[in-house]
Amino acid sequence: MRRPNSSTSALAALNTPAGRALIALAIVMVFGILFNADGAFFKAGTHRDAFRQASVYGILACGMTLVIVTAGIDLAVGSVLALSAVCCAKMSIHWGWSPGWVICATVLVGAGSGLISGGVTARLGVQPFIATLAMMVFARGLAKYVAGGMKVSTAVQQPDGTYEFVDVPTLFRMIDTRVFAGNVSVVTLIFLGCVAIAYVALAYHRWGRELYAIGGNEEAARLSGVPVTLSKTLAYVACGAFAAIAGICQAAQEQQGDPEAGAGYELIAIAMVVIGGTNLMGGRGGLGLTLLGVLTIGYLEKILSINAVPEAARLMLTGVIIIVAVMTQRRSRT
Amino acid sequence: MIDSVNIFPLVHMRGITKRFGSVSVLEDVNFELLAGETHVLAGENGAGKSTLIKILAGVHTDFTGRIEIEGVQVRPRNPLEADALGIAIIHQELSLIDPMSVADNLFLGRMRTNAGFVCRRKQEDEARGWLNRLDIDIDVRRRVEEFPIATRQCIEIAKALSRQAKAIVMDEPTSALSEPEVERLFEMIDQVTGQGCGVVYISHKMEEIERVADRITVLRDGKRVGTAPAPELPAAELIHWMVGRPVKDRHARSSSHAAGKRLLLDHVSVHSNGRDRKTVVNDISLELRRGEVVGLGGLQGSGASELLLALFGGFGEIRGRIEIDGRPYFASSPRKAIDRGIALLTNDRKGSGLVCPLSVAANITMASLRNFTRFGWRQNGRETAAARQAATMLQIQSASLDMPVEALSGGNQQKVAMAKWLQTDPGVLLLDEPTRGIDVGAKQEIYERIEQWTAAGISILLITSEMPELLALSDRIIVLHRGTVTAEFERCAATADAVLGAAMGH
Repeated sequence: MRRPNSSTSALAALNTPAGRALIALAIVMVFGILFNADGAFFKAGTHRDAFRQASVYGILACGMTLVIVTAGIDLAVGSVLALSAVCCAKMSIHWGWSPGWVICATVLVGAGSGLISGGVTARLGVQPFIATLAMMVFARGLAKYVAGGMKVSTAVQQPDGTYEFVDVPTLFRMIDTRVFAGNVSVVTLIFLGCVAIAYVALAYHRWGRELYAIGGNEEAARLSGVPVTLSKTLAYVACGAFAAIAGICQAAQEQQGDPEAGAGYELIAIAMVVIGGTNLMGGRGGLGLTLLGVLTIGYLEKILSINAVPEAARLMLTGVIIIVAVMTQRRSRT
Repeated sequence: MIDSVNIFPLVHMRGITKRFGSVSVLEDVNFELLAGETHVLAGENGAGKSTLIKILAGVHTDFTGRIEIEGVQVRPRNPLEADALGIAIIHQELSLIDPMSVADNLFLGRMRTNAGFVCRRKQEDEARGWLNRLDIDIDVRRRVEEFPIATRQCIEIAKALSRQAKAIVMDEPTSALSEPEVERLFEMIDQVTGQGCGVVYISHKMEEIERVADRITVLRDGKRVGTAPAPELPAAELIHWMVGRPVKDRHARSSSHAAGKRLLLDHVSVHSNGRDRKTVVNDISLELRRGEVVGLGGLQGSGASELLLALFGGFGEIRGRIEIDGRPYFASSPRKAIDRGIALLTNDRKGSGLVCPLSVAANITMASLRNFTRFGWRQNGRETAAARQAATMLQIQSASLDMPVEALSGGNQQKVAMAKWLQTDPGVLLLDEPTRGIDVGAKQEIYERIEQWTAAGISILLITSEMPELLALSDRIIVLHRGTVTAEFERCAATADAVLGAAMGH
C-alpha cells in the first residue's frame, strides 16, 4: 500500500465518525466564541456549569451507547432515573441509610429494571423498542408508587400529619458539591468515571467485542459461539445501572426524589449517542464518540442559555441542530 | 438491409476509468454488448467487474469515459435513469422487497392504477403472464419471502423482462441455484437473447461460461485483457487470461488421508422448529473418518445445509445418536459444538458468516476470543499476533487487519471466515459452499488448504453446488434428496451423471 501523505491523511481523519463529531463540536464552540454573551462564555464557571448540566444526560448516554451498539435502544432510562432518584431519596432521607448502602441498593434497582427489559428483549425476542417502552411506563408507575404520589424531599411527614424538615443527607451533600478549588462539580467526575468504565468495557473487554458482534451481525455472532442472550441482556443491565447512577446524581442535585424526573431524558441521551456517530443499526461507534456528542449538546444548551435565548426558540434550535449534526454523520454509501 | 439500430452495439462503454480516492479500479476499459448476444464478463474478484456494472447501472457516476446505448451517448446519473434506458441489473443480492407480494414486486414503482388506486387484479394477471413466459408457476399473491432463493431469482428476471430491459446484467445469478434451476436459467437466457436483448453474464463457474457465452471479455486488475468469441477461448486459456499465471489442475486432492473414526451419525433426523415442524433430514447414518472429506451431494432443498447447521447446534432439533471421537455428542448450541471441535463455515458470508462492520482481526478471533482474554479482558497483542499469523497463512490480502471486513473482496472475506474457524482448532470442519462467489485463484488456494487440513487429520463434511468440485474434493459422496440419503459413492465410483441422478431422486 502507498502511504498517504500527511495532508490527505489529515483530511481522511476528519472524514471518520470521530472527525465529523469533532467538527460538530468545534462548530458549536465557534458559535460560543462568536456569541459569547459579553464574555460570559470565557468564564471558567460557564464551562463548569456546561459540564455539570450535561453530566446526568451524559451518564445515561454511556449506558445507551452499550445498548445501541447491539442495535438495540433503551427508552426506559428516563423512568428508571426517576425510580432510582425516588428510591435513593427514600433510603437516605427517610430510612437514614449510609451512602454506601444507598448507592449499592439504588444501582441494584436500576440494574434490575435493565435485567427485566433486557431479558424480555434478548430471551423472549420482543423488539427492544417495545420492551423498553413497556419498562418506561412501568418504571414511571413504580416510581410514583414508591414515592406515594409526591416528591420525596427533606420535608418528612410526621405521624401527626405535620411536616418536619430533616437534614440533607450526607450522600446528597457529597455529590452536590465542587472539588479542585470549586472548579469541577462532583457529578462531572462521576460522569467522566462512567465514561471511563463504559469505554474500557466496550473497547477492552470480551463482552464489549461481543456487543459489537451482536450489533453487526447477530446471526454470525451466534454461530461463532457468542453468548448472544447473555451479552445482550447484560447491555440492558448496565444501561439500567448507569440510569440509576444518573438518578442518584439527579436526586442529590435536587435534594429530593421526584417521580416525575427524567421525562424525555432518554431522547436526549439517544441524540447525544447518535450525534457522536454511533450507528443506530448497531456494530459501529463507541464511547469516545458519545463523549463528543455529550459535549456538543451540552455546550449547545449552555451557549443558548447564556445568550438568554427563550426556551421555545432553544428547543426548536436544538431540534434543527440535532438533524444537521446527524446529517453530517451519515456515512456516504460506497 | 441493415436496420439502423443494428449498426451500433446495444451498449458501448469506451475508455471507462474510475478511481476510488487514489486507487484506480478501472483503467481505460472498453466494453461492448451486441443485441442478441450473451457476453460473459470474467475476471478474478477485485478485477473491476462489479465496478464496471455499477457505472452502467448509474450507481457510480464519477468516472471518465463514454457510454453509448444504440449509438446515443448517455450518462445514467442514478439507477432509475439506467432502468429507463433499458438496463436491468440482477445482483448477487436480490433487490426484491421480501414482505411484499410477487405481483407488487414486479410492478414496484410503476403500479397499474386506476384513479390512483392500485388495480390488484390487473397487476396479478400481468405478473402471471410474465412469469409464465419463464415457465414459472407460482401464486403471485404470496409474499416473496415465502419462496426459496432460486424462485426469487426467477422473479427478479421476470421483473427485468417486464420492464422491457434491453440489456440484462446478471451478476453471479447461479450462486444460489441448483443444477436443474441453472439449466432453466440458461434456457431463459437463450429465450431473452433470441428476442434481441443483450445479456451480460458474470460468473466464476467454468461450465456455465462454456455453456452460455457467445463472447467473453476478461478484466484483470481494472484493465481489459481482451475480448474474444467463446469458441476461441478454451477454459485453460480463459483462466490464464484471468489470473495472468498458470493455474494448476483444478483437481487438487490426489490421495486420501482417511484413518480412524472421528464423527458418527447413527439414524439422525433433523426437524425444523416452529409451528410447521418439518422433517428436513430423515434418518441419515454416516461415518466420517480422521482426515476424510465426505461430500454431501444434493440440490436445493436436499437438507444438507440444514444438517450441517443442526450438527452445529444452530438449527431446529436434531434426533439420533451422534458420537465424536467415540464420545456421545449433543448438538445443543454453537458454543458446545465449538468446544467439541466442530466448526461451521456457513454458505452465506455476509448473512451468517462474518460481522461486516468489525475489523478483520476481530472477525478472525470471533469464535476463539476466550483464548485471547484473561479474566475477560482482551489481550490485544496476542489477539493481533494470532490474527496476523492466520492472515499470513491463508494469504488474506488486506491493507490492515484493523480494516472492516466489509472492505475486502469476496475471496478474502471467505478466507477471513476460514481463518476464524482455524483459530478454534477444529477436528471436524463443516464446509457449506466454501468457494461460493470467489475467484479462480482463491478457489485454488482453498482447495490446497483442504488438502493440508485433511493431511493434518481434520475431517471435513463438504457441501458444494459445483459438481466438479464435489467430485474432485470428496473421498466419499453421500447424496441427499429431500432429506433422505439416495446414494453413496466411493471416490472412484462417483460420476457426475450418477450423483446428479441420485440428487434428483432417480
